[in-house]
Amino acid sequence: MADTRSVVLGRIRRALADRPSVEAIPRDYDLSRPLGDLVELAAERIADYRAEVHQVASADVPAKIASLLAARGATRMVGPVDLPSSWRVDGAEWLIDSPSLSIDQLDGADGVLTGCAVAIAETGTLVLDGGEAQGRRALTLVPDYHLCVVRTDQIVGIVPEALARLEPTRPLTFISGPSATSDIELDRVEGVHGPRTLHVIIAVT
Amino acid sequence: MGSNPVTWLGSPVFPKAAKAALADTQLRRNLRKATHTIRDKRAKAVAELPDWEQLRRAGEAIKDDVLSNLDTYLERIEAAVTARGGIVHWALDAHEANEIVLRLAREAGTDEVVKVKSMATAEIGLNEALEAGGIRAVETDLAELIVQLGNDRPSHILVPAIHRNRSEIKEIFQREMAEKPASDEPRDLAEAARRHLRRKFLLARVAVSGANFGVADTGSIVVVESEGNGRMCLTLPEVLITVMGIEKLVPTWRDLEVFLQLLPRSSTAERMNPYTSVWTGVTPGDGPQQFHLVLLDNGRTDALADRVGRQALRCIRCSACLNVCPVYERTGGQAYGSVYPGPIGAILSPQLVNDMHDKQAASLPYASSLCGACYEVCPVRINIPEVLVHLRAEAVEAKGRTPESVGMAALGWIFNDARRYENAQKVGSLARHLAPSGRISSLPWPGSKWTSARDVPTPPAESFRTWWRKNRG
Repeated sequence: MADTRSVVLGRIRRALADRPSVEAIPRDYDLSRPLGDLVELAAERIADYRAEVHQVASADVPAKIASLLAARGATRMVGPVDLPSSWRVDGAEWLIDSPSLSIDQLDGADGVLTGCAVAIAETGTLVLDGGEAQGRRALTLVPDYHLCVVRTDQIVGIVPEALARLEPTRPLTFISGPSATSDIELDRVEGVHGPRTLHVIIAVT
Repeated sequence: MGSNPVTWLGSPVFPKAAKAALADTQLRRNLRKATHTIRDKRAKAVAELPDWEQLRRAGEAIKDDVLSNLDTYLERIEAAVTARGGIVHWALDAHEANEIVLRLAREAGTDEVVKVKSMATAEIGLNEALEAGGIRAVETDLAELIVQLGNDRPSHILVPAIHRNRSEIKEIFQREMAEKPASDEPRDLAEAARRHLRRKFLLARVAVSGANFGVADTGSIVVVESEGNGRMCLTLPEVLITVMGIEKLVPTWRDLEVFLQLLPRSSTAERMNPYTSVWTGVTPGDGPQQFHLVLLDNGRTDALADRVGRQALRCIRCSACLNVCPVYERTGGQAYGSVYPGPIGAILSPQLVNDMHDKQAASLPYASSLCGACYEVCPVRINIPEVLVHLRAEAVEAKGRTPESVGMAALGWIFNDARRYENAQKVGSLARHLAPSGRISSLPWPGSKWTSARDVPTPPAESFRTWWRKNRG
């Protein structure tokens, strides 16, 4: 109702008859922080959420993908349309999201392989923005296993550095460990609706 | 406007509800365990950040800016969401908001919606309104599911089923689910919830969510969660309806760099919650292709008009104040008779109800010992004790001439004169003969108004003034 809109805005203007003045936002919090070796910190913090982290040289990423999939027995893997061809390793059937996979196809897969946009070392967070090697959001949600490759140049120190790199109008997903809940006695346990297993390969360049 | 469903119809006043809750020893054990666990973890998570105080001050200032220019920012987010293919609706109260959601769900031709945990939709009683309109609302957050399946009421902002321990949860699931949980281990209970909801997620056509933040500049909406039920609802259905309180805005994308640090460490005491989703309008080929944003007032503009009370609108619903509150720890959340319990509820609910003649709402500002722990942990520095005292004054004023106001006036008369004060103390010291045990737990009326909720220490045999004159004078 267009009418409710003017009622609410009118109520706000009357409520703010005093128009409290606002001082400049104090932004003296850290915009970056000396955190030492960011790759080591990212690996440690992601692992803190009980995700498995592997650091390998860039050239060895395909071999690592192959060995992780083999160890899990994952043979039906989902990938975005621009998944690098070297990552589509033998030993698995690759379900590429073009044309779009159905929800049942995603649900029936053993896992999904993607890259990411940014990783935050301090909080152990991966951010996906639907860009290079990531695909639409459902791909990393429905399969029960997510394998994510992070390049070292994608790792930043703290939250403000990550947001500065991201375009907010893209659909964004911040991922910190596998799906979890604290709803039973406020204790964190892993494994609810999102992927219950998260593996991360850090490709050291 | 009818009565605001933010407080539950027929709830007793706080002291009465608290008395009943205190008698429930299981409840007290459950709450003590949960609040102490999270208290220690929060302190550790916060101590990790060297700039925590600076972040709190920035958070406070950003939210004050939002409130001072709320009209401008609302028009801005409306324009941004519309430009990106979303549809914006305005709702003055719970009834209007519920009608909008019901109409949209019907238009989508569904009889069931999946829901992401949301305080705004709990506040307006959306599930009940949908049910009355023939549409089933399925709560997908684990704690909300426990509350819904247990036919229960929420008792905490973040973890609505905090009053239930694992064996109680197992009993509820065994009774209500087709596939029973394997044990009362949290892992097995989570697995049971996954199986119970999986098909619903994959087939849902309409989802309803709340919002943690809305970015005025870009129209981006942010939902912070843990389980992935949020992602399921925000990603898979064709239609997404988000109900957002008008105060949930931040001016710019950059402002989230403050709140994405403050919120997870204050609420679940983690460096970061497992999942945060950000979306802007509609993205072709990714997620719901129809997006509705319902901007909800429901008493917020009344709170905004109160120069002391408006700071409550800075709240980002982290629930840190509940977890440290000695009153909440003992009474639990249901005693507050509102979806917003604890210290923040004690100042927010009465302001949203905006009627101090409502006895239950007017009793909430008294649900506190004014110890100030809530203010210390609040990530946006809401001075809760200040607002509590302010609202108590309003409650007393609304009551007009009562034993309390007469008593306060009499006290003023006594305190104004030294001799009157001393004589009053002498009379008071006689009262010790009423209670040889040292505590008075029930006084005759009007003193009973005080002792119904507290003990009164026995007055000493002589006042300090009398003692001083005898011994030092």
